[in-house]
Amino acid sequence: MTKELFAHNVPGSTEVLEKKCVAVAGCGGLGSNAAAALVRAGLGKLILADFDRVEESNLNRQYFFQADLGQKKVAALSHYLKAINPRIQLTVHDIKLTCDNLVSIMGPADLLVEAFDRAEEKQWLIETWSRHFPEKFMVCGNGLSGLGNTDALKVTRVGRIYFCGDGVTDRSMGLCSARVAIVANMEANVAIELLVKGQA
Amino acid sequence: MITVNSKELPWLPGMTVADVLKAMNYSYALIAVSVNDQFIARDDYDTFVVEDEADVKALHICHGG
Repeated sequence: MTKELFAHNVPGSTEVLEKKCVAVAGCGGLGSNAAAALVRAGLGKLILADFDRVEESNLNRQYFFQADLGQKKVAALSHYLKAINPRIQLTVHDIKLTCDNLVSIMGPADLLVEAFDRAEEKQWLIETWSRHFPEKFMVCGNGLSGLGNTDALKVTRVGRIYFCGDGVTDRSMGLCSARVAIVANMEANVAIELLVKGQA
Repeated sequence: MITVNSKELPWLPGMTVADVLKAMNYSYALIAVSVNDQFIARDDYDTFVVEDEADVKALHICHGG
């Protein structure tokens, strides 16, 4: 089944990705969509961390459905990721990530995908990951709010950290599923490229 | 001369990351900085010395995810 599942993947990519582990910090608009893209690409292991429950206001952009309301995001997302690829190895943490538990929870991953909402949280995640794992890559979402303006979305590298987004817009502008999903998939795309090319 | 986000800035001996951010009038509370592709932690802004001809990148970190 798995062979057929990935029959249209880029030749040579699935064999590499199935041996790799990615950690996704947060399972909201960025994390839920990025995780789905990573599983569809053939990633072997995924570490998920989020403490939140699915709310109706999440459904405008996050990879959840009406039936998931009230469920823990990590549980609901795990269900859908397994529905895509039953062989995906998931390590799920229903927990709020902090400076103190980040290393033990996300440390086993080859690469970290940042998918937090608040800029302050993004900042400590970047600082903590970079301090403990200066050799490992991290991919962040940065500026995904508002409508349209697709041309402004870009990837910017700062050391071993890749920032995906327009670098300007703030969630106070409102969030549109299409734009959030583009940035989530940009994050997944950068992660996949780093992993397949052997850089991460 | 150093480069900050692709813009040139005169280099001064001993200038730190904090000096660079000040010279560029970057007042963002939340920012990510690299010097010659090396990520610089916030706690090191006052002490990390930027060499001449360095390539500095400074990104504003936005809410939303």
